[in-house]
Amino acid sequence: MKPSVWIRMDTWVRHLIPATATLFLLLLTVVPLRLPAVAEIAPMLPLMGVYYWAIYRPDLLPAWLAFTFGLLADVIAGTPLGVEALVLLLVQGTAARQRRFFLGKSFAVTWWSFGVLAAGATGLSWLLVSLLDGRAIDPAPVLVSYLMTLGCFPLLTWALARTQMALLIEA
Amino acid sequence: MKQSSAAGRLATVRLLAQRFAFLTLVAAAFALMMLGKADIVLVERGRALMIDAVTPLLEAAARPAATVARVTNGVHELANLRAENARLREENARLMRWQTVARRLESETEVLHQQLNVVPDPDPAFVTARVIADPGTAFGHSMLLSAGSRDGVRKGQVVLSGEALVGYIGEVGLRSSRLLLITDINARVPVVVESTRTRAVLAGDNSSRPKLNYIVGNPAIAVGDRVVTSASGAAFPPGLPVGVVVSAGDGAIRVEPFARRNQLDFVSIVDYGLGGILPSDRPPPERRRRGREE
Repeated sequence: MKPSVWIRMDTWVRHLIPATATLFLLLLTVVPLRLPAVAEIAPMLPLMGVYYWAIYRPDLLPAWLAFTFGLLADVIAGTPLGVEALVLLLVQGTAARQRRFFLGKSFAVTWWSFGVLAAGATGLSWLLVSLLDGRAIDPAPVLVSYLMTLGCFPLLTWALARTQMALLIEA
Repeated sequence: MKQSSAAGRLATVRLLAQRFAFLTLVAAAFALMMLGKADIVLVERGRALMIDAVTPLLEAAARPAATVARVTNGVHELANLRAENARLREENARLMRWQTVARRLESETEVLHQQLNVVPDPDPAFVTARVIADPGTAFGHSMLLSAGSRDGVRKGQVVLSGEALVGYIGEVGLRSSRLLLITDINARVPVVVESTRTRAVLAGDNSSRPKLNYIVGNPAIAVGDRVVTSASGAAFPPGLPVGVVVSAGDGAIRVEPFARRNQLDFVSIVDYGLGGILPSDRPPPERRRRGREE
């Protein structure tokens, strides 16, 4: 039996949640929140969103969406066009390919793997921006941003997991 | 049997298509990077279009963010009320002394201007714009503003917060623009050290304190010297306050900007008739003049 229009619409809206959540994280890093300590450098929240959904629902946050969000981040942040797009794309690809390894593993393993992947992503961004700008960017703020991202990971994963439990449990 | 092999083939094709799509996207990212190096004008126009497209979203997000910022600032201010009061009282006493000096100098200047028939500086036109995005990335210091070419904003125009220099306009869309802060790695501002009249270039390096490069001569620049813009290069009007020298040892001379990045909600984009690097397509609309405070 074919499900009714309402049920299909409900499913469709629920399937938009990973994309919406990641877009929300992207907006959260760019809105002028004016918190005294974190005003200058924000953690890379969209990276965490892409990583999380690539592991748990890669069908709902496919590679092209990761690319689009990366491009959007490039445009808003004023970094050379294509850098963040490539980085988010590679993070999505790597995490989605290795997802069997992550499923059912302890949180520590997920965190540790994220640390490795995020280090690669940050290093790649730094390298690409430095190459495209033609001079070495100061690595200190990049490192701070990386550490902040790592520190935010448990809280954000908890929030994303609650969102998934509440709204995407039918899968 | 036949059906399952067909299904298997279909799955293989789908996997290949997925791989192919992924590789295409990777190639597209690299192509964009190359294009950004090769055709700057085209990429800038594309960026401006995309920023214009997301501006409504950013504007909508900036308002609740401003409320959050007010609340957190309120809590922060309450916590520091005592220290802040003491600091202000001290500063007030110091400023009262300065006020006396300033009054005397003002009347003196007026008399001198009259005697010399000095042509007064024109009052420049300006628009005020809201900061709609402050991306905290480690790779550049820029912000998006809610005014674009339809409001008369053009590339190279000076952006002020109060009287202090914040940066200048780097990219312009129809209804949004990018403010390049003086701390950005690509920002260069010709400046003068006020006390010694030494000319230099203030170069950002993505840290919160830009450094002084190309210092003319071999002057003694001391900590606490004020740095203001200079008119050399005809990109900035002379005398806009920029910052204060905070370190002047053997290494780089660094300047602490007067404008605080995390306190910028609204900024003024001022048209001194200097910075138009790109010709504007249409004449700017009528705007109010920037009046002097009475």
